[in-house]
Amino acid sequence: MAKDIPDPIAPEKLIEEVLSAYPAKAQKKRAKHLNVAAPAPEGETEIASKCDTVKSNIKSVPGVMTIRGCAYAGSKGVVWGPVKDMVHISHGPVGCGHYSWSQRRNYYTGTTGVDSFVTFQFTTDFQEKDIVFGGDKKLEKTIDEINALFPLSKGITVQSECPIGLIGDDIEAVARKKKKDVNKTIVPVRCEGFRGVSQSLGHHIANDAIRDWVFNGGEESSYEPGPYDVNIIGDYNIGGDAWASRMLLEEIGLNVVGSWSGDATLAEIENAPKARLNLIHCYRSMNYICRYMEENYGVGWMEYNFFGPSQIAASLRAIAAKFDKTVQDKAEEVIAKYQPLVDAVLAKYKPRLEGKKVMLYVGGLRPRHVVDAYHDLGMEICGTGYEFAHGDDYKRTGEYIKEGTLIYDDVTGYELEKFIEGMRPDLVGSGIKEKYPVQKMGIPFRQMHSWDYSGPYHGYDGFAIFARDMDLAINNPVWGLFDAPWKKSA
Amino acid sequence: MPQSADKVLDHNKLFHEPEYKEMFKNKRATFENAPTAPQVTEILDWTKSWDYREKNLAREALVINPAKACQPLGAVFAAAGYEGTMSFVHGSQGCVAYYRSHLSRHFKEPASAVSSSMTEDAAVFGGLVNMVDGLANTYALYQPKMIAVSTTCMAEVIGDDLNSFIIQAKEKGSVPEEFDVPFAHTPAFVGSHVDGYDNMQKGILTHFWKGAERSETDSINIIPGFDGFAVANIREMNRMLGEMGVDYTVLCDVSDVYDTPSDGNFQMYAGGTKLDDVKAAVNAKATLSLQEYCTKRTLEFCEEVGQKTAALHYPMGVAGTDEFLMTVSELTGKEVPASLTLERGRLVDAMADSQAYLHGKTYAIYGDPDFVYAMAKFVMETGGEPTHCLATNGSKAWAKKMQALLDSSPFGKGCQVWAGKDLWHLRSILATEPADLLIGNSYGKYIERDLNIPLIRLTFPIFDRHHHHRFPTFGYQGGLTVLVKILDTIFDKLDTNTGTLGETDISFDLTR
Repeated sequence: MAKDIPDPIAPEKLIEEVLSAYPAKAQKKRAKHLNVAAPAPEGETEIASKCDTVKSNIKSVPGVMTIRGCAYAGSKGVVWGPVKDMVHISHGPVGCGHYSWSQRRNYYTGTTGVDSFVTFQFTTDFQEKDIVFGGDKKLEKTIDEINALFPLSKGITVQSECPIGLIGDDIEAVARKKKKDVNKTIVPVRCEGFRGVSQSLGHHIANDAIRDWVFNGGEESSYEPGPYDVNIIGDYNIGGDAWASRMLLEEIGLNVVGSWSGDATLAEIENAPKARLNLIHCYRSMNYICRYMEENYGVGWMEYNFFGPSQIAASLRAIAAKFDKTVQDKAEEVIAKYQPLVDAVLAKYKPRLEGKKVMLYVGGLRPRHVVDAYHDLGMEICGTGYEFAHGDDYKRTGEYIKEGTLIYDDVTGYELEKFIEGMRPDLVGSGIKEKYPVQKMGIPFRQMHSWDYSGPYHGYDGFAIFARDMDLAINNPVWGLFDAPWKKSA
Repeated sequence: MPQSADKVLDHNKLFHEPEYKEMFKNKRATFENAPTAPQVTEILDWTKSWDYREKNLAREALVINPAKACQPLGAVFAAAGYEGTMSFVHGSQGCVAYYRSHLSRHFKEPASAVSSSMTEDAAVFGGLVNMVDGLANTYALYQPKMIAVSTTCMAEVIGDDLNSFIIQAKEKGSVPEEFDVPFAHTPAFVGSHVDGYDNMQKGILTHFWKGAERSETDSINIIPGFDGFAVANIREMNRMLGEMGVDYTVLCDVSDVYDTPSDGNFQMYAGGTKLDDVKAAVNAKATLSLQEYCTKRTLEFCEEVGQKTAALHYPMGVAGTDEFLMTVSELTGKEVPASLTLERGRLVDAMADSQAYLHGKTYAIYGDPDFVYAMAKFVMETGGEPTHCLATNGSKAWAKKMQALLDSSPFGKGCQVWAGKDLWHLRSILATEPADLLIGNSYGKYIERDLNIPLIRLTFPIFDRHHHHRFPTFGYQGGLTVLVKILDTIFDKLDTNTGTLGETDISFDLTR
């Protein structure tokens, strides 16, 4: 709009162009991560297109602007940080805790500083002497001080930063010792930032820490389960997403025993293995613990998608199918109850959004799960990709996207900008680091990690907000002001 | 059903609807294993007591809500102020994502930096390969004029030697031999972001100046220091120096970098100090730092090459700006022009007009050492009384200097200086010894909420308000911005306290 751009360039050509800018070694590596979704192979009629030929979960090329984070970000920033009644120590130098302080909007209820600690930054603030002599003693003292100052905290996690693993601190020994001393759950998490290739390993490590230090080492849960008990897994309650989801699950007659980990308490994690079913939203970050609960406690799990009315209805039906007719009937009632809201939202916003092209680049589940929410609004996805997906994520993506969609894994800043320039989408959905470069190009943008400080986007309540937000992003008059009138071509 | 298409409710309102409130209540009662309401009240009250304060201040190991970041952030900020420069942070990649996000969230601007993306194998074998491949990729893709290399704590712990790595990378052809690759070691477990700023500045100047033949000119160098208001402050400084007719070079000018226009183009490299100017700056007769604690090592180096040096503490307010102009005048021999004297008079006029509302107001001030110093100084000029001055990255020497400043005015009497303390300490301190106003960055909003002390956002980072950095705090003009923010907060509070119809509104005044 702001810039005169020739017709969109074909995705294959764009890939060729961006690769040509790299030195040979990097070019060879990056080529494996870029692709165009092809038709589904013969016989696989369920899947609209295939994109699982994209290589993923491989080290980022050095010296480029990867958008990825690290294992610490995956554990503290995503999985553990939102657990509200525990204190999470950023163990190591001051920076990691500082930058991740209150940045993901994991909403919770509670009295901050008394029984909830999500918007706090606790750190051991490593100094040079801690690197030289080790930080275990300091960690012990830190735990004592937390226990004295925050008596209603239910437990502590130790989120290791890079130096911890490098200098060989024994945080597990400290955790065992201090658990006896303070009589609370203490969880050491080996999520040093250099581990793995992205935040993804941090999620896995965080899941393993739940297994090893809460399920097999924490308190025995005295919770009496019922037949309709489920857990929400992999919803971090960004802007209240998990609450909009919980509302629907309760409406169809289920009890949400545990909310993982948005608005979670330690008790909710402890009770979770007694539930009947695990409902997993972000498959990437928490499939590990679901598999473990299935193997060891017989708790089944299923994925669901609460973005957009088509997926919400399909998911509610699929969830209800795991229960009795009462729940199934209620699910139909709930879908019918919200249909007028859906109709009203579509009537208002679809005409303003129909035919608009969207490019996505996010993490976790969103590059595929939000696709149908856009489709519901009549919008098209022309490119999508993940920061830290594995092969199974790309397999799952095929269900959502159409043939010809540009697919990019661990896209670099350079590639993303070139793709956007070439495809000229009407909207880009990505993160804060990508927001401003894209907007400078004159292209509307929504942060699809944090919903641009809006939300919730999950559930029916969330869909109304999602639709409104896409409209306000795309149809704001500011995009028409980029060219000074004295410079506009005739 | 609370939601409707006519009036879409987002999180601000949605969760206050009865359906959600009922859900929260049920969750807490049934599943959370939450403490009882009386338990919560008891502990909440206790956290505001003297007993708690003593326990809290006795902390030795745990740090809670510190008002400081780590070195590499300062290094990335400093490097961004040079022409065509890409920051290359050698170490684990998550850190760079954090610096970029942090700067973008404050300035609402792109923040470019690359990482050498070191992982486990680099932890074992060192990061040389990452440096060699990384520099080649950065050079090819982003076509910078300079690559400024700094480190994360990972690279420091394993002991990677940047100097040797860069030489080897050049030998292997990653970048041309003559290409500028200054570097700085910036371990996150030493100092804070202000030290990282210092180290990167020194690294860049060392790269260009070491061994250079110096022929002294009349020009001076000015180093602004790490400053969240740099966009407007550097421009304001340029304007003032223009009025004076001074020949100068800003070493590290981020003002255009973090303020690019929306015109349809994304400029990765906008503005910044020209590399030729950096080279020539060795010839300046003096280097003036506007923030002493951001530039200790850099100024030592400037002295080593033969320049005179001087350091200020963030020129804000009347005396702070006076000192800036007089120091510049002294260093350059240029007179302070009538136009600036006029501006000074206007700021003083504004302060005089409003003094009745400012006199005797008490303040808690926190942030970087230089900022806290300047802010306390300005507050005292308005007749305000700083009661608590806190810098998590403040040293004992800083505390001593602060004390000397406070002792210089009757308005500083009784003010306590807190070096090395954090914002959870400050909460305890203010719960027991309150102040009227709190001055700092966005992180202070938790104290504002807990203790009902209004927060005035005047330093980095400001995430929850927009565009403050577009208005200067430096100079006499900047003094007006600061003054108005303080006054608006005071007036808002007065209106809130007298704003209930028929109850508290006796003094709900129209004219003040």
